[in-house]
Amino acid sequence: MDPIIEGIIRALDLILSGDPEVLSITALSLLVSAFGTMLACVWSIPVSTVLALRSFRGKRFVKGLFNALIGVPTVALGLYLYLLLSRAGPLGYFQLLYTPYAIMIGQAALVTPIVVSFATGALESVDPDLRTLARTLGASELQTYGVVIREAFWGVVLAVIAAFNRAFAELGIAMMLGGNIRNLTRVLTTAIALETARGEIALSIALSFILLGIVMSLSIAINLARKSAR
Amino acid sequence: MSRSAITKLQASILLVLVLAGVGLAVYGYSLAQPQPRARLIVSTTTSLYETGFLDELKSKFELKYPNLNVSFISQGTGLAIQTAMRGDADMILVHDPARELQFLTGGYGVNRKIVAYNFFVVVGPSEDPAGIMGKSPSDAVKAIRSAGLSGTAVWVSRGDDSGTHSKEKSLWKAIGLDAKQLRAEKWYLEAGSGMTATLKLANEKRGYTLTDIGSYLLNFNNHNIDLVKLVESGKSMLNVYSVIADNPKNANMTKANFEGAMQLIKYLVSSEGQDLFANFGVSNYGIPLFSPYIKLLETQSDPQVIKWVSELGFFEGSECPQQSRYQADDLYSIQAAVPALLVSLQTGAEQRKTTHWIRSLKA
Repeated sequence: MDPIIEGIIRALDLILSGDPEVLSITALSLLVSAFGTMLACVWSIPVSTVLALRSFRGKRFVKGLFNALIGVPTVALGLYLYLLLSRAGPLGYFQLLYTPYAIMIGQAALVTPIVVSFATGALESVDPDLRTLARTLGASELQTYGVVIREAFWGVVLAVIAAFNRAFAELGIAMMLGGNIRNLTRVLTTAIALETARGEIALSIALSFILLGIVMSLSIAINLARKSAR
Repeated sequence: MSRSAITKLQASILLVLVLAGVGLAVYGYSLAQPQPRARLIVSTTTSLYETGFLDELKSKFELKYPNLNVSFISQGTGLAIQTAMRGDADMILVHDPARELQFLTGGYGVNRKIVAYNFFVVVGPSEDPAGIMGKSPSDAVKAIRSAGLSGTAVWVSRGDDSGTHSKEKSLWKAIGLDAKQLRAEKWYLEAGSGMTATLKLANEKRGYTLTDIGSYLLNFNNHNIDLVKLVESGKSMLNVYSVIADNPKNANMTKANFEGAMQLIKYLVSSEGQDLFANFGVSNYGIPLFSPYIKLLETQSDPQVIKWVSELGFFEGSECPQQSRYQADDLYSIQAAVPALLVSLQTGAEQRKTTHWIRSLKA
């Protein structure tokens, strides 16, 4: 029991004293995952609007595909992207492998199905009468989409936060595409894996507390915000 | 009325989110661009990495060459070499001579230099159920297998194609066994991960394993494991670390940072780089985790080890065949002295002369 308690005490000390290593790893983690999620939103939200509000052939298949991809294993995705981004691979020209951009791109790909599926669900749950009403009041098709998105705003935000949490907490892509390089691509999850392998349990525990804390407080904050908005 | 108020609130939240995203992106971009420093990517072994040696090497080296930004990718030797073969690393720092030769002869690497060495040890539980304490390496693995077959001992293999894994396979081969067949036997476990993880697994299973001495000391002193050293030293347990630069003429490697790689190689063989090896770990463990090889050549402190290194780590009598050298400058001027030095081992007076000669070459 002792080493665990000792580890927890040292972990709290590392966090409370603002250890620079811990801070920089946390900052990089937040930045990379935030940007990765934003990148995913750029294409995912238009896609989910189309999926939710238009009907076309094969729509159910596309929706089913995105749903199925939610559980894609990060190591598999990491492997494919590694082969793409490697200097010997098709996108090798850009020399992205082992940079934070590689992780961002990987995480964006990883969370795209989450944003698409959750946001589509939120948009579909908006009362269809609202659309009819908007159209009868003279709104164009695009304006109607705007009305629906506004109505489903918190649902979409929830989708984005869920996506961020997934990106923030994944290990496989950050390890395979980032390489866990100190001060460059070392994020919370890869640092925890490394420090545990090194036997630096206290540092691992400290980093895991930060990881858990951020993921949980985001979920709580979004729930509170949703309630107060109603 | 209230409806439009909420809309404004929502719009402003969205705006803030977007702005935050853009800000984060810009900040992230600036953070991720340590340029104009040129990047030097080194794929390397887990044992060097986990001990923390490479962190120290990075800070000292970058202090001297501020135009370079060194990134270490820690993998097993097998994977480290493949990473370099794909052109994803600029050089390798590994410990598996047979694979290194393939890397050189395949046209992937140039300018191999042996920089350091230490010894592998067979560790196991203090009860030592197979009774290998003090035995020779081949007798020890023989005893472990027979104890394993009778169900009293367990062997934990790295199983990750690392340099340590290669060494382990050669131990089994020396007693006429194929590691591939051993995998089918119950007492033979494969960890499939780095050295520390493997040691911890062996510790939990009360099994035997092969480790480099550096990783063992690190984990033993951290109280990660309580396994004890049972078989050590001997030529077959020698562990030789070398560096190889990517061959800039290879089609996969045209973008490799060859100049940076050569700078790091020259730094590692310089007396400053060698001192880094000689001093690392001394304050914590009482002995260096990695022994400097060039320093050994200069001081002649252990002729036996010099001979072993040349037998285990040399190809065609040299650490790097002539056709695998490229713009090596004076990198091999010291190496040229080694054969002469081996001859001179017999006579002490001549030995001193050679040492003197090497020193003057170095200066």
